[in-house]
Amino acid sequence: MGSIPRFWRENPSRYNLVGVKCDNCGRVFFPPRDICPVCHRESIGKMKRLELSGKGSVYSYTLVQDAHPQFEMLKPYILAMVEMDEGVKITSQIIDVKPEDVHIGMKVEAVMRKLGAEGNSGILHYGYKFRPVKE
Amino acid sequence: MRDVAIIGIGDTKFGELWDSSLRRIGIEAGIAAINDAGISGDEVDALYVGNMSAGRFIEQEHVAALIADYAGLTKNHIPATRVEASGASGALALREGYLSVASGEYDIVVIGGAEKMTDVGDEDITNIQAAAMDQEWESVFGATLPSLYAMMSRRYMHEYGATREQFTSVPVKNHANAAKNPKAQYRRAIKPETVLNATMVADPLGMFDCAPNSDGAAAVVLAPMEIAKKYTDTPVRIAGSGQASASLALHQRRDILTMDATVYAARKALKQAGRDVGDIQVAELNDNYTISEILALEDIGFVEKGKGAEFSSSGQTEIGGKIAVNTSGGLKARGNPIGATGIAQAVEIVRQLRGEAGERQVDGARIGLTHNVGGTGATAIVHILEVA
Repeated sequence: MGSIPRFWRENPSRYNLVGVKCDNCGRVFFPPRDICPVCHRESIGKMKRLELSGKGSVYSYTLVQDAHPQFEMLKPYILAMVEMDEGVKITSQIIDVKPEDVHIGMKVEAVMRKLGAEGNSGILHYGYKFRPVKE
Repeated sequence: MRDVAIIGIGDTKFGELWDSSLRRIGIEAGIAAINDAGISGDEVDALYVGNMSAGRFIEQEHVAALIADYAGLTKNHIPATRVEASGASGALALREGYLSVASGEYDIVVIGGAEKMTDVGDEDITNIQAAAMDQEWESVFGATLPSLYAMMSRRYMHEYGATREQFTSVPVKNHANAAKNPKAQYRRAIKPETVLNATMVADPLGMFDCAPNSDGAAAVVLAPMEIAKKYTDTPVRIAGSGQASASLALHQRRDILTMDATVYAARKALKQAGRDVGDIQVAELNDNYTISEILALEDIGFVEKGKGAEFSSSGQTEIGGKIAVNTSGGLKARGNPIGATGIAQAVEIVRQLRGEAGERQVDGARIGLTHNVGGTGATAIVHILEVA
């Protein structure tokens, strides 16, 4: 699914949850964008790097049965939209939990995991997935 | 801007059309529309083709010129333009064609929508559909198009207390309507239990909550209103046309249960037509998944936010109900050859407004609406069609 640079250039956000904060209105965005969709021109040059805490809660989720071929070995897997403590939402998988134990509002934290591979012998891609926080 | 009318319609049967190529179905629909308009073909000033991904489905790009060629339109060297907005490609082609006639640039324009999906396997189709989402921040993490709609469904159930039983009313109705549509892919009624017991795709969405993979094409012919009567006794006026966009990624939206693009497109189209949502008698809504039809009912304004599932399950969207929705069978049961869908919706509304919808005719239909969505709602297009 694509070239090495295509994955490499997104690594800061995929490895360390680097987003941005608009210094004009204070809103947080992930992944980074150059222009705040609320402040437009006022935000140019004011989008500051912000590393997310990695903590959040499940906003919605599903158990994916019909997957892309590259996720064939994982299925069924839990996909979720997570609302981060900073207010932004992120889509990724939830791991280390049984599907029946997942619920909306469940506290989760980001961990780095393998996302995929280029064919059978190509490079591996890594990024965030989420696991439940032990309460 | 000039008033514009649809003077001809045509479509192929939708389904797994193993013996037909993209160019053949495109031409079959186009010729049917040209015949219906009673024109020879030499009057055609331009061709627009709605198509999502011929490059990945059949490894063929440049499909507008290809279809113009096989339709015999190259003799006059007319402009042929392909239009893409994933699932909304068809409606966007209609809108671009409409604008080209309204502006005065062209008089007679043919607009086709076509997709040939079944030349590749189901897994490839899953990947191609996912290209309508944010590849880098959704698909890479394992999201599929149905999985995102599944998360909308679960959140909707959580916030509004809706049930899967209520949701079954959408595919059950659409299959019942398709049973009366000779062009539909699935011409059979289904029971609520069939929907509930179907294999899961991404829970709570099962197989019968998802539109199928289809081949098919549809076409319309447009003309300025002032000359439309020269060609047909029953022109249908495009009274309103609205298009809007929103974030590509679902998780970036203000609210994952409101498609703001639909809200804005519907508002603009209704305003242009000088109509209230209550004036609409028949609507083709983008039911690519069950939840999509529920959200569309709310976002266009047929019912308030959170009440869509209840409204649907009470029978209000059936033929004879308050607003007849997806009389063609919708994307779910008429079929969803992606680029063709937006045009097929207009074809169905024209049939209804002409009184040619046979067993599924809505009595006295004079004002209709079409609603076409790309991806998870990053593009939405709404048209208002009226008896001229």
